[in-house]
Formats: sequence, structure tokens, C-alpha cells
Amino acid sequence: MRYLIRRIEFFMITLWAALTLNFLLPRLMPGNPALAMMARYRGRVNPQAMHALEVAFGVGTNQSLLEQYLHYLVNTAQGRFGTSLTFFPEPVGSVIMQALPWTLGLVGTTTVMAFVLGTVVGMVSAWRRGGTLDSVLPPIFIMTSAFPYFFTGLLCILIFSVALGWFPLGFSYTLGQPVTLTWAFIGSVLDHAVLPAATILITSIGGWILTMRNNMITTLAEDYVRMARAKGLSPLRIMLHYAGRNALLPNLTGFAMSLGFVISGAILVEYVFSYPGVGFMLLQAVENEDYALMQTLFLLITVAVLVAVVVADLATALLDPRTRARG
Amino acid sequence: MDIRGALADAPVTGPGRRRHGFTDLARAVRSNRKASAGVILLALFSIMALVPQWLTPYDPQSTSFRPSLAPSLRHLLGTTAYGQDVWSQLVWSARESLLIAVGVGLLATAVSVIVGVAAAYLGGLPDHVLSLVTDVFLVIPTFPLIVVLATYAKSGSLTVLIAVLVVTGWSYGARQLRSQALSVRNREFLEAARVRGERSLYVIVVEILPTMTSLIVANFLGAALYAVLAAAGLQFIGLGNASDLSWGTMLYWAENNSALQVGSPLWEIMPGACVALLGTAFALLNYAFDEISNPALRPAGRRRAARATDS
Repeated sequence: MRYLIRRIEFFMITLWAALTLNFLLPRLMPGNPALAMMARYRGRVNPQAMHALEVAFGVGTNQSLLEQYLHYLVNTAQGRFGTSLTFFPEPVGSVIMQALPWTLGLVGTTTVMAFVLGTVVGMVSAWRRGGTLDSVLPPIFIMTSAFPYFFTGLLCILIFSVALGWFPLGFSYTLGQPVTLTWAFIGSVLDHAVLPAATILITSIGGWILTMRNNMITTLAEDYVRMARAKGLSPLRIMLHYAGRNALLPNLTGFAMSLGFVISGAILVEYVFSYPGVGFMLLQAVENEDYALMQTLFLLITVAVLVAVVVADLATALLDPRTRARG
Repeated sequence: MDIRGALADAPVTGPGRRRHGFTDLARAVRSNRKASAGVILLALFSIMALVPQWLTPYDPQSTSFRPSLAPSLRHLLGTTAYGQDVWSQLVWSARESLLIAVGVGLLATAVSVIVGVAAAYLGGLPDHVLSLVTDVFLVIPTFPLIVVLATYAKSGSLTVLIAVLVVTGWSYGARQLRSQALSVRNREFLEAARVRGERSLYVIVVEILPTMTSLIVANFLGAALYAVLAAAGLQFIGLGNASDLSWGTMLYWAENNSALQVGSPLWEIMPGACVALLGTAFALLNYAFDEISNPALRPAGRRRAARATDS
């Protein structure tokens, strides 16, 4: 029970911190970026949009900072995130909804794939300690994990689309193609997803392999594994049910966090491939100084991660009694 | 999951009170192949950063050459679309990239040590508050936050970049150091120091910190790796100072000129490779440190004999 309360406290405080950060940053930064941006937009967007901005950033109103803050909290709670400048006059919410499916599809699938594959490879490589798999893979994946996402992406583009011409350069489907549920369209979507997906896989799988391998090595030294060996259980059973299951536990939180991070998209991968997901949208918002969109995206990403972490914590508490005891 | 998590999540075995002398460390590094590879890579980049003028024939910012030349003896890696020598740019850029890595590494580690150890040592309410702050920083998505911060800060100077990376990069280490410090808090030698009447600061600096040397070094390496990748990413998308000489900035200009598509791929690939190699150097060292401080993870060869009798 005490554990649950601490988790809820953590959830609330982080949420509040993210909200407050969002509110304070544009107001506290040197040179008041909000004002500067508005000066640049004046005359270029219509008065309505201007007014919406003024309200959003507390310019020209006589409200105190505290009043603005309360206003902002109420607005956010009611789901009124303001209007996007880049896509005026669409509200921020519906703009984001267009990008979300792409990101969920691409990054979500690859995150799960990387976790599953990485865990299996890590488990087997620790089980066959010193075997070919174990001596070849870790060094390779230490390297690929240190590769910046965008570099792997650039290499993929150079090799497979510029030099070989196997895959398209970017975007999520062939532009000009009607967005309908036909085989041609689905094929084009898959075709466009191969390179970004490969990039994410190559860069993120190494972390899973290495953690799983190290956890597994520690677990294999436990007495219950020796006991299982002494009982003469089949190796497969020992590997999966005795060692593997326990070695997996510490990785669950990490996996949940990375599921939360799916929402943020692989920002740099989406950028390199001009993939129209949430990460790419965040960068577009940054480029156009579309603060409303930027803030909402940041908030959305934080909340997603937060929910994922708390769910993972609770799941771990359910699966692993030791966590509960420690409180 | 990123590499920091991967490397740092390795089980932390309780350290004894042994202090790694420098010679011990040097021997350990030499006998570990991953560590040696990391040290050699790092040494090469340090030479590039310290004496770039010895390695390059041209001024890196000079635009006096024919643009977009293919690699030749005069221009080892060709020239950029602006007529700069790519090799010169590459070598001179090492300085800023390395500076960011080391600067962020040191500062972030310092913050982690202060917060983590203070939390563990003080206990009670201060611990609760500090841990909560650490957890909050841990969960807030880093890269989006960096992007947002860097935008508001008007893609500014090197100092801003370093500050942003430190703010977003210290929490992971703080949490690890806290749990490590907690595990030594009740050891006898600390009790002895307290009974001797030593002040808290003395106990922390002289008694606790030396037991955590390897974890602190690992944290420095992890933070440096993070800084290399994040800084390059930020500069690549144009949130750095575009007139600086660094690998990220080179990537930015190359990407803006579609270097890959118009036939000068080296302009874009080489700085990316340098970032990857510098990151690899830190990652290798980090991994090797895990092996040095946790014998269970060492390559199997030396342990096989022991295993054979085991099973």
C-alpha cells in the first residue's frame, strides 16, 4: 500500500513538474522568446490567431503570472491546447492526431521487435557463454549502440536508396498516391517503412542484448539454477523458465519506458527520413516557432512515458514480491 | 533502450574497501581488449583536438577551393559545396566535440555525485526529496526537452549547449550513486569515522567517495557518451551554433546541401563516422569498466576451467 502511495505521489509531482516547465520556459528564457516570435508573426497571420497567441502566452493581458498559470492549468486539464500556427487554424490536438498513427506504427512495432529479438539473443548468448554468438555479438553491439540514430539512417539511405535504389528516400508513402486501403497503398507504406525500421532496430537492439546478457549471467550463478541442473531438468527448461524469466524482470521497466518513448517517435530517424510522425512534427514546430504545438507535444510525450513507467512499476510489483517488500 | 541504461544496469556488486591505485587501473586497461581499443580511439581523437594544425594543410574555414571536388591527393576527402576542405574541417571539429563530451561528462557526474551521495548520506526527508527530484528528471523525456530548451535558448553558444546537456543528463548517475552509497552507509569503517568524531564532509569525501571510484568513472563515461550523441543530434538538426566547427555542424551543412544525393557523400558520412567512433570509444571503456569492477562479466576464457568443475 505504501508502495502504491509513493508511486502516485511520484506520478502527480512529475506531471506537475512537466506542466510547470511547459508554462515557465517560454516566459523565463532570456529575451522572452514568445514576444519575439509574436513580433515576427504580426501581420503575417490573421488577428484571431494573434489574439489566441497573446492569451496563450499572457501578453497584453493584465493578468499576474499566477493568474496566467491557473488559467493555463485549467485549459490544459480541459484539453484546450491552443491553435497551431504551422497548420492554422487547426487546433493542436487534431494536428497531432494526424502524425500519431505513423509514429505508433513505425516506432511501436520496431520497439517491440527490438526488445523481443534482443532479449532472445542476449539470453542465448549468455547461456552459451564464450560461444561464437557470445564472442562476436557484444563487441559489435557496443559499437552499433554508440552510433547516432541519424548516422545509421544516413548510411542506410546512402547504401540502399542512393546507391542501390532499392528503397525510397523518405516520407511514409509515395506522394500523390490516394490514401486508401488498397494493396498498392499498403505496399508503398511498407516499402517506405523498411529503412527507418531497420535503422531503429540496428541502433536499439544492442542495448537489449547487452542488458539481457548481463542479467542472465548473474542469474545463472544463482543457487536455484544449480539446483535445477542437479535435478536434471532439460537445458531448454532451465534457460527459459529458471534463468530467463528472472533475468527478464529488471528489463521490464526499461521496456515500458521505451514503449512510452514510442510516442516521441525516434525524432532523428523521422527527421532523416522525413517520416511524417510525431518526432518530425516536433522539429517542424521548433523550426516554425510554433510554441503551442511544441508545448503540447512535449506534454503528450511526458505523460506517455510517465504512464508507461508507473504501469511497469506496478507490473513489477505484481510479478516480483521482493519489490513490494522493499517498498 | 539506450546504451547508458544497458551498460549501467549491469548488476553493481558491492565494492570492498579497496582503492584502485593508478597502476592497478593502467594494468587493468592494458589487459582488457575492449578498454585498450577505447583508449587508443580516444587518444587519436585527442591528438586531433590538441594539434589539428599538424594534421591539416588548409584553414578549415577557407572557402577558396573549387566546390564539391572528389577526393584526391590534394583534398583527401574532397571539398564541400562551399569550397572547404573536408579533411581539414573534420580534424578541426574534433576539438569542440571532445570538449562537449568531457565538459558535460565532468559536470553531469559532479551533479550526480553531489545529489546521489547527499541523498544517501542524509537520509530521511532530504533523501525523499532528492530522490523524487532525481526520478522526475529521469522520466522527463530528454531529447524532446533538449530540443525545446535549445529552441527557447535561441540555438546559442557552446555554454548553453553544455548547460542543457548537463541539466538533462545527471539524473541517471545520481540514482545509481545513491543506491551504491546506501549500500556502504552502514559499513564499520564509516561507523569508525563517525565515532572518531569526523565531520560529515570529511566522511563523504575521504571515506565514501573512494569506495565508489569505479562507478563514478563509469558514470563519467556514460555521460560523455550521452553528450557526444545528443550534441551531434542537436547540431545536426540545426539547434547548435551553425558557424561553429564541430561534427554535428558539418552534418547540418552537408544535410542541407543534400550531400548524399548530389555525390559528395564523404562530407556527410565522415563526420557521422567520427561521432560514432568517439561514442564507441566511450562505450567500450564503459563496458570494460563494468568487466573490471564486476569479474562475473569478464569474457569466459579465463573462467572456463572454474565452470567445468562447477557443473
